[in-house]
Amino acid sequence: MDLLIQTIWEGLVAGVLYALIALGFVLIFKASSVFNFAQGIMVVFSALTLVGTYEALAYREITGFPAAMLALIITLGVMYVLALGIERIVLRPLVNQPDIILFMATFGLTYLLIGLGEAIFGGAPKTMITSELGLPTGSTTITLPGMGPGGSEGLVLIQHLDVAAAVIATIMIASLAAFFQYTRVGRALRAVADSHKAALSVGISLNHIWVIVWFTAGIVALVTGIMWGARSDVSFALQIIALKALPVLILGGFTSIPGAIVGGLIIGIGEKLGELYLAPMILGSMGKGVESWIAYFIALGFLMFRPQGLFGDKIIERI
Amino acid sequence: MADTLVSSDRSPDAAPETEPPAAADREVLLAVSNVALSFGGVKAIQGVSFDIRKGEIRAIIGPNGAGKTSMLNCINGFYHPQEGTITFKGATRRRMRPYEAASQGIGRTFQNVALFKGMSTLDNIMAGRTLKMKRGFFWHLLRHGPAMAEEKAHRHKVEEIIDFLDIQAIRRTPVGKLPYGLQKRVELGRALAMEPELLLLDEPMAGMNLEEKEDMSRFILDVNDQLGTTIALIEHDMGVVMDLSDRVVVLDHGELIADGTPAEVQANQNVIDAYLGVSH
Repeated sequence: MDLLIQTIWEGLVAGVLYALIALGFVLIFKASSVFNFAQGIMVVFSALTLVGTYEALAYREITGFPAAMLALIITLGVMYVLALGIERIVLRPLVNQPDIILFMATFGLTYLLIGLGEAIFGGAPKTMITSELGLPTGSTTITLPGMGPGGSEGLVLIQHLDVAAAVIATIMIASLAAFFQYTRVGRALRAVADSHKAALSVGISLNHIWVIVWFTAGIVALVTGIMWGARSDVSFALQIIALKALPVLILGGFTSIPGAIVGGLIIGIGEKLGELYLAPMILGSMGKGVESWIAYFIALGFLMFRPQGLFGDKIIERI
Repeated sequence: MADTLVSSDRSPDAAPETEPPAAADREVLLAVSNVALSFGGVKAIQGVSFDIRKGEIRAIIGPNGAGKTSMLNCINGFYHPQEGTITFKGATRRRMRPYEAASQGIGRTFQNVALFKGMSTLDNIMAGRTLKMKRGFFWHLLRHGPAMAEEKAHRHKVEEIIDFLDIQAIRRTPVGKLPYGLQKRVELGRALAMEPELLLLDEPMAGMNLEEKEDMSRFILDVNDQLGTTIALIEHDMGVVMDLSDRVVVLDHGELIADGTPAEVQANQNVIDAYLGVSH
């Protein structure tokens, strides 16, 4: 294997998936200036709902691709109901409260969803229904052009699932960007992100927008859950990856969709390269865990020199 | 100064004194009746009643903290008064959401400009068309067919407003980058895009220089004359208030202390006391 190129490729794939998680945060942060702590558990909850529904269908001897699609549709419905519920029960009574109150409310939501998920689907890890959903498995070794097949030079192992993940995530991000930029609802979303009272004064319904935003974040969570679930297992441990979105957001800025993408890629590649080159240089047990702290280390550097992130809005306050 | 500010722009037959019928005799568009609003122990408005008649320019004045902005916030549904009712176009209500107020034809601007700072002038004014757009979300996603035609029709309307306010040059500029006076003008444009029947202006001229004030006064008169929009405005510049408005409401400490034509209000002893701070 060509170690450097292989590493960069793996970093890119991880980066696209990080970008996807970060995107869920950015959507909600832009529309309601709430850092949604529950985004991680939404990833797990949606993936569990998908697998759980499929298992329930399989129990009634409906299996394969149609059953997987049916489960997917049911899961989308569940995420929509969740968005409606969050708007009605959590956001509406807390309107005009300080951001920190809403942030704490998303903590509460996290534990509610953990409890709900465990009560319904049990605590045991589940296997993602990768092939049933029509996602490719297996891998191909390709030879890079201009490099001979002699030895391991120029050989890269590519997981088919990774390619699919990268493609789906890219389509998802592009369509979200187009949705924000070109549709009436997108314009309303941007308006709400800029000023709540001005949006209200022109007749934009905040309740309606919040449902759309949380549902969109739910869809992003579901896609993230499928992709990450296919690479490991669907378990509650998966919500930890949501914390990886934090350095991505610090890097890219909390309010920027392009920032989430670029930040995700930098963290993804940085992690893998750190693992490859930095780990052997550090003595002792520190070196083994490079991939788990390097993202935060990079983010720390950004916080010192560019606290608003690469693309975030620089906040200038008049005093 | 006050006399020369706008009078040259106003044609003689449009002046309120020669225009039949006089403002006080026209049909009532909005009636505020015994409205009281308090925040905890603070009484912002106490038992205030007045009306706004169709086609008039109604000024709401008073010292700082008199409850003027709170009054506007009650009218457009941001605040819900604890007592009293507000009747708009014959429908009486106490609680109304801002969305409902907007869809019934109440537009407004804010004391400290509230624009969508990241968006262009064009998009800001387009946002004012939100309620006028009927085509569903998926049509817009496709950017095709009826949705596209609708978008074009709305763009046309928005261009008219841009021409009207003379802001063609800043069409594509993100509004956060514009000077304050122009931001106020864009904000007026966004409110006009709603084609409101009642336009609430909260200190439209605050922080402006004389030239900008003259421009803004002319726009307000033009909106009133040409579009027939009823306007309620809060303003501290007495010259502007006396020049623009048909009738004036004066609030002090949340209570109504005078209501009448500019000349009547100017001569009212309560008003003079409130502004000069006479000890009671």
